[in-house]
Amino acid sequence: MSTGSTHDARGAQQLRVARPATLDDALCALREMPGAQLLAGGTDFCVEVSFGSRRPTAVVALRRVEELRGHDIADGHVRIGAGTTYAEMGRGALASTLPALAAAARTVGSPQIRNAGTLGGNVATASPAGDTLPLLVALDARVRVRGAAGERVVALERFVTGVKRTVLAPDEVVVDVVVDRCRGPQEFLKVGTRNAMVIAIASVAVVVDLDARAVRVGLGSVAPVPRRCASAEAHAGEAIDWGRLWASEAALARFGELAAEACSPITDHRSTADYRSHAVAVIARRALERCIRHAT
Amino acid sequence: MKGTVLRSGRGTGEQAGSGIATLPGGLGTLPGGLGDSPDRPDGVQKVRGEFAFASDLWMDAMLWGKTLRSPHVAARVRAIDTSRAVAMPGVRAVLTAADVPGRPTFGLEVPDQPVFASDIVRYHGEPVAAVAADHPELARRAALAIEVDYEPMDAQCDPEAALHAPPIHPDGNLFRHLVIRHGDPSARGDVVVEGSYAVGMQDQAFLGPEAGLAVPGDDGGVDLYVATQWLHVDRAQIAASLGLPVERVRLYLAGVGGAFGGREDVSLQIHLCMLALRTGRPVKMVYARDESFFGHVHRHPARLWYRHHASRSGELVKVEARVVVDGGAYLSSSNAVISNAACFAPGPYRVPNALIDGYAVRTNNPPCGAMRGFGAVQVCFGHEAQMDKLAAALGMDPIELRRRNALTRGDRLVTGQVLTGAVPVREVIDAAVAHPLPPVPAPDAPMLARPGGAGATADASHVRRGVGFAVSFKNIAYSEGFDDYSSARLRLEAGLDGEPTATVTVATAEVGQGFVTLAQQIVRDELGVRRVVLAPASTVDVGSAGSSSASRQTWMSGGALQLACAVLRQELFGRAAELWECGSSQCTSTGSSVRRGDTGERLGIAELLARGPLETEQELHHRPTKALDPDGQGDAHLSFMFAAHRAVVDVDAELGLVRVVQMATGQDVGKALHPLQVQGQIEGGIAQGVGLAVMEEIVLTDGRVRNPSFTDYLLPTILDMPDVVASLVEEPEPGAPYGAKGVGEPPAISSGPAVLAAVRAATGLDLCRAPLRPEDICLGGHPA
Repeated sequence: MSTGSTHDARGAQQLRVARPATLDDALCALREMPGAQLLAGGTDFCVEVSFGSRRPTAVVALRRVEELRGHDIADGHVRIGAGTTYAEMGRGALASTLPALAAAARTVGSPQIRNAGTLGGNVATASPAGDTLPLLVALDARVRVRGAAGERVVALERFVTGVKRTVLAPDEVVVDVVVDRCRGPQEFLKVGTRNAMVIAIASVAVVVDLDARAVRVGLGSVAPVPRRCASAEAHAGEAIDWGRLWASEAALARFGELAAEACSPITDHRSTADYRSHAVAVIARRALERCIRHAT
Repeated sequence: MKGTVLRSGRGTGEQAGSGIATLPGGLGTLPGGLGDSPDRPDGVQKVRGEFAFASDLWMDAMLWGKTLRSPHVAARVRAIDTSRAVAMPGVRAVLTAADVPGRPTFGLEVPDQPVFASDIVRYHGEPVAAVAADHPELARRAALAIEVDYEPMDAQCDPEAALHAPPIHPDGNLFRHLVIRHGDPSARGDVVVEGSYAVGMQDQAFLGPEAGLAVPGDDGGVDLYVATQWLHVDRAQIAASLGLPVERVRLYLAGVGGAFGGREDVSLQIHLCMLALRTGRPVKMVYARDESFFGHVHRHPARLWYRHHASRSGELVKVEARVVVDGGAYLSSSNAVISNAACFAPGPYRVPNALIDGYAVRTNNPPCGAMRGFGAVQVCFGHEAQMDKLAAALGMDPIELRRRNALTRGDRLVTGQVLTGAVPVREVIDAAVAHPLPPVPAPDAPMLARPGGAGATADASHVRRGVGFAVSFKNIAYSEGFDDYSSARLRLEAGLDGEPTATVTVATAEVGQGFVTLAQQIVRDELGVRRVVLAPASTVDVGSAGSSSASRQTWMSGGALQLACAVLRQELFGRAAELWECGSSQCTSTGSSVRRGDTGERLGIAELLARGPLETEQELHHRPTKALDPDGQGDAHLSFMFAAHRAVVDVDAELGLVRVVQMATGQDVGKALHPLQVQGQIEGGIAQGVGLAVMEEIVLTDGRVRNPSFTDYLLPTILDMPDVVASLVEEPEPGAPYGAKGVGEPPAISSGPAVLAAVRAATGLDLCRAPLRPEDICLGGHPA
């Protein structure tokens, strides 16, 4: 494991940086440098440093940790390493297996940002606007973390506890995210006031599980945490004619309304609570409509 | 009249690529001369990332400066305790208002803005103190260690209310009330339409933040390297506040990463010089993006009310308007902005009767000043929406209504000024309309091309197309009697290899507009000298060039350089005449040599320079303009530029999302001296116009800036930028060097209003605020 440190001009302040090549070394570095902060793609981290809202004294940089890279697509599930970048999520077999994750990844930032930012970073940062989170929560994703005390697996819904808050302990690292595969279409729609490179005002992921004859929906940017919507899911499960895979306009609209009712959005400088709720109703309806249309 | 069609595209297919036509003859046919599009001298460096911008300035042993700014919108400063900051090791100076050696205030028109707030802060982000330290992080911490005891006060953030509120500054809350009364104010038309409109606060958002390096001089003066728009006016303000004679304050232009008006006002200049003089060491300062949002003025937000009267046949009878612009806490150039807003309030139309009230008001919002379009942008949103309303009321085609009322040579403005120059309003309208409309995308076209873009929110069935039109005009150069001039120094000598070499020394701020290229073209064309070197711009070697603003430098600095060329050409003739022993009236120029008329003999410029270098400095003052009288009447302006824009938009009305598909434009340019740079100005200006129409706004809550970052102050990306199809209308402007008009501002004026018109057409909603917000379309809008 390589460690380095930098000094400011006067040598008074020291920033310690560990660049481990293995997960064990990363955990070791976290133990050795209490208070050390994890750095993955840096697309949130470095912005916060620039703004002065994050002042790390020690950093464990995860880019070189091979165990965090890559993904496995198995019969029943998909395992995605925490170090997988948005660019990697947006292409290849991973994209064809989880098309809504790919769609979400493709809405993130610019190509440069997508080459740097990671799934683990998105999950651990736990921003309400985290673009992969609505789909992951809809897919009942499990987050595997490892720390000094060993490994544990936490459902994403319990992993994220509030705005940028998680159950990740200071000595733990997100290792990967696992989702069960399900047969059927899935969609991710995101509203922003610019056609690219924009933080979500509202986003919706809809997954249609043809085998379970169930619909699952995840909402982003409209609550402190990525949120499911049981009432909309139940409504869709009943309202869809699973034989023909069809639903009435009214049923689709009702699905959108129920999704919007599950929101507790805020008004801020990016948008208003009313618009966020309205947008969720529209894009939830459109997402389900698109899923059904694509499946036929 | 000639027309040149420029076409550019982001997409694929017919719109893509560029078929840039160069001028068919006309001006000089010399390669690299006028009318050609030679490469910029700084182009390769900029593209390769090797150009030194002001933020790259460096000097051994330099200190780093940092400004402490008010977190309050309005507060009394009860006490400032700098002792903790001063005591920090590595901190070399901590300065406040008490340390300003000269005039405590600065300002472009009137010095009403404190260098540092002393007793009262009047806006969020107002400078209170500055620090110089060994390291930028240390400077930042030292600034935070300064303890300021503020007593928050009630803020006045509404311009209408501020007009009647207690003064928030000794100079009062009304900067200027300008009334224009023209013709018969009691005239009435058969058809009357009325409307109210609003425009938000746009930022110039230049990509290179404010930066400079001040170096103390041996003479007690200071050398300042800085990115600015007008070196000499900065110098005057700095010297006054330093209490130094102007000769001891020397400014040098550092690499400028865009300006758009935002560098007209002093930002870090005085602070830097004070820190350098106090510490006796070089001091560098670079604003981060968030500080840049607080460190420069913005485009004035505006509220507009209009009532248009017309005859049944569609002739404008009268325009009534009330224009209120929010100048923020300090004056900056608000007086000139409201003058433009009032003068151009009717748009480029023949209006026999007018009653226009313009107010520029002081509030506790961030100071507003110059930005590309300068007062003409805001009112264009109003007058163009009114023209559409009027067309609807008359049952007329909106373009035909505009053509019918279009200004033409010999017409009077509402200020009484008779238009004597080129006024090709109908021509720019026709040129914009002549471009083919873009095809409607196929249902299976990529989602990226729909409103919502990467978010994939719209299916083809959710998208409605709209087409909108807008026309605008604006003045060139400074108005209302200002003695506007520019200086240029030119030296001709034989280079070491004997080749004639011209050195151009101008204080003209190259802010990206390409004056450096134009200067070379002018000298090549005028004197046939191919090697043209540009000396650094400074206050040391040459007189003022005026500001790189108001679309004026091609005319003003270009004209001064043309004068200098003419003087040196005469001197070359004189030398030739002496050798030939003939009168210099016998001499003519033939590119790179001088010809004797009666014998046909020739002498090369190189031979003539063998006797030594030639040098001159010339000043060009444009034709004097006049102040406006109490009725707002007078020949206040030098010349005018006209442009028309047709926007095609796709709208997802249910989500309120817009994609601008195409912008077609006809622009009056007089003469295109560098067609490629004209194209660059048109595309860049349209990007800013589109930005103001659909996303760019500094969001304020009770005077507090909510989005001082590029995360939240959204600028158009390439996916937001429409295809641009442009026609240049070339009708030489009498009195303008080479007949050329400025081209920088018009693309940013009517492009935004055209987008709003297109969205209104697509949705049927009466949208009257820019920028459009999604909720205005899908939740707040009401049918027109």
